[in-house]
Amino acid sequence: MKEKHTIIVTVVNKVGVLARISGLLAQRGFNIESIIGAHTEDPEIYKVTLVLKESDRAIEQVTKQLNKLVDTIKVTDISHKDNYIVREYIIIKVKVNQNTRSDIIELLNVFKAKLLDISQTHIITELSANVRKIDRFIDLMKPYGVSNYVRSGEFAMTEFNKKIKNI
Amino acid sequence: MKGSKILLESLLKEDVDTIFGYPGGSVIPILDEFYNTNKIKFLLTRHEQGAAHAADGYARVTQKVGVCIVTSGPGATNTITGIANAKLDSIPIVVISGQVPSGNLGTDAFQETDMVGLTRSISKHNYLIKEAKDIPKIINEAFYIAKSGRPGPVTVDIPVDLMMQEVKKVVYPTKTKLLGYNPNIKGNPKQIDKLVNAIGKSKKPLLYIGGGVIISKAEKELQELMKKTNIPTVSTMMGLGSIPYNSVNYLGMPGMHGVVSANLAISECDLLIAVGVRFDDRITGSRDTFARDAEVAHIDIDPAEIGKNIFADIPIVGDAKNILKELNSKLTSRKKDDWNKKTNNWKKENPLKYDQKNSKGILPQFVIDKVNEFASADTIIATDVGQHQMWSAQFYHHKKPNRYLTSGGLGTMGYGLPAAMGAAYGFPKKEVILFTGDGSIQMNIQELATLALNKINVKIIILNNSFLGMVRQWQDLFWDKNYSATCLRRNSECKAQCKGPENDDDCPNLYLPDFVKVAEANGVKGLRTDKVKDVGKILKEGLEYDGPVLMEFLVEKEENVYPMVPAGKMNNEILFGD
Repeated sequence: MKEKHTIIVTVVNKVGVLARISGLLAQRGFNIESIIGAHTEDPEIYKVTLVLKESDRAIEQVTKQLNKLVDTIKVTDISHKDNYIVREYIIIKVKVNQNTRSDIIELLNVFKAKLLDISQTHIITELSANVRKIDRFIDLMKPYGVSNYVRSGEFAMTEFNKKIKNI
Repeated sequence: MKGSKILLESLLKEDVDTIFGYPGGSVIPILDEFYNTNKIKFLLTRHEQGAAHAADGYARVTQKVGVCIVTSGPGATNTITGIANAKLDSIPIVVISGQVPSGNLGTDAFQETDMVGLTRSISKHNYLIKEAKDIPKIINEAFYIAKSGRPGPVTVDIPVDLMMQEVKKVVYPTKTKLLGYNPNIKGNPKQIDKLVNAIGKSKKPLLYIGGGVIISKAEKELQELMKKTNIPTVSTMMGLGSIPYNSVNYLGMPGMHGVVSANLAISECDLLIAVGVRFDDRITGSRDTFARDAEVAHIDIDPAEIGKNIFADIPIVGDAKNILKELNSKLTSRKKDDWNKKTNNWKKENPLKYDQKNSKGILPQFVIDKVNEFASADTIIATDVGQHQMWSAQFYHHKKPNRYLTSGGLGTMGYGLPAAMGAAYGFPKKEVILFTGDGSIQMNIQELATLALNKINVKIIILNNSFLGMVRQWQDLFWDKNYSATCLRRNSECKAQCKGPENDDDCPNLYLPDFVKVAEANGVKGLRTDKVKDVGKILKEGLEYDGPVLMEFLVEKEENVYPMVPAGKMNNEILFGD
């Protein structure tokens, strides 16, 4: 059965490292739901968060193959771990008119979404939350008319725990 | 110091003394360094593919890293097949390609191709050097990555301007440090204990070994294990030579063209101990039914191999030599039992065979078998790809590791001649014999001149059946004998549809090229026969000649390789032919 997996790949920060990761996934026929990468507090270390929808067996292969890349330091599938804070970020443009404006702003307050821009016809807002909350937010905005949105894809961090080394 | 000089010094620090290659605008500075040193032998091949395969053949026999230097653009792309070939067979080679000047990168300059992009999926790792001062570190890493862990090809792309760049303070690394790369070579003792336990309980254990045993130089440990435990053993094509062909408890090669005993043993064993193998589809046939009654233990240095094709009940990640040594120290001896009797009987009752007596023409198997009379244990055999490759795996008497060069994973026609050349160039005193077909030889035939001019002593044996025989065999067995695009005698006069010479008196007499003439035109001695009685004579004359020789044997056109487990079938569903 195909399930959503969120995988953190910690790699050496080198030119082309993202291409190595995405190339490897494409080469072995895996579809990427989302991929996001940036350097970390250590400029030599780059962290990529991947979301894939695959079977457990396929995910095992993916993690092994990713580990095999010379530049890979660590691969962690955090899907079944609860000591991670996982977030996604969205910017969304929604249609407004005089009748709907206050309703929408009320919803933004409930979600603690931040208003970025407002005009006669549209608002632009941003939200950082877990994926389910973002999905729900989009759902609630739909009836007003969602013009478009961009999502960052998931990214994550371990909770503080003295016993577990931070990755 | 100039970048080109730094490159030369870096290569010398890696003990490089032999390089195969081909020049071009982007590598003139480094070639100029070779001009002024006698520490490196540079063999100019006639094609970059030849250089890459030669480096591969050199690496297989010398167990050193093979090195190949080519220019940018077409020079670099011509090595692609050689790199992919080395990747699939885990052969350590470093391919250094020139690149357009840094300032022109990404502008589609003359002879520019994105070598790093092109080789990403077919190399173990690759580099584009950006500054001349990085050359020592990157060359050091490239060699370390190529030869450590599971070996493989590494490519290094160097813009030509870096070769001329001056570096004031050159620092050569004394240690290789890679943040993300640290192959695990010691097997987990708990897992090894698990395997010891499983062997103790097993009634029908089977060792299934492959190229990993040769790479880790574990043949002694393997033979000791076989002796001590009497576990019947099968070897993949890549593992041939790690066990002498006539060893006790050794059944032979399993798989599509494997021996019956090896395939039956896989189908019936209750514990399969896989060492340095990757459960290739040419071995497993149908993965669902492969060794279906067996618990599977898988020893491999590459964790990604474990569970990739076949689930492993007992995975052991590490170097085969270390793990087999551990196993030998922990295992008690096991006496021969009914299982040994059964597997030995299978072996006795199902020998590989061919019927030269009742055949008018020369049988290809007969030629290979006859070579056994001339070859020593040290003789190096190279092959191309196709029927002759399978027959040489089956009928040649493999006695030592690193003596059988064959394109196992990629199945590269054209691999044989340059690989044999690389091996002979690395070991000029050893006898090197190439088994090839009339199709394969033509894919890198340009290297004949390289052999002759450099007195590289390769003995070429062409088994000419006028066909691209392996494909023709599939057409014969599974495609209603529609010999589409497989006959090398076919000419413009032939009728549109042809099912082979048996049904067709008009089969053209003319075969081109005339291989003996081609050999002679290249300064290589050429011999030919189509007579059974002359096979021994020609072999003797050719093999004893001092210099490269091409021997062409015109063999039976439609001989098939048997036994055969058709693709996707279970190992015990075997075709035997007549």
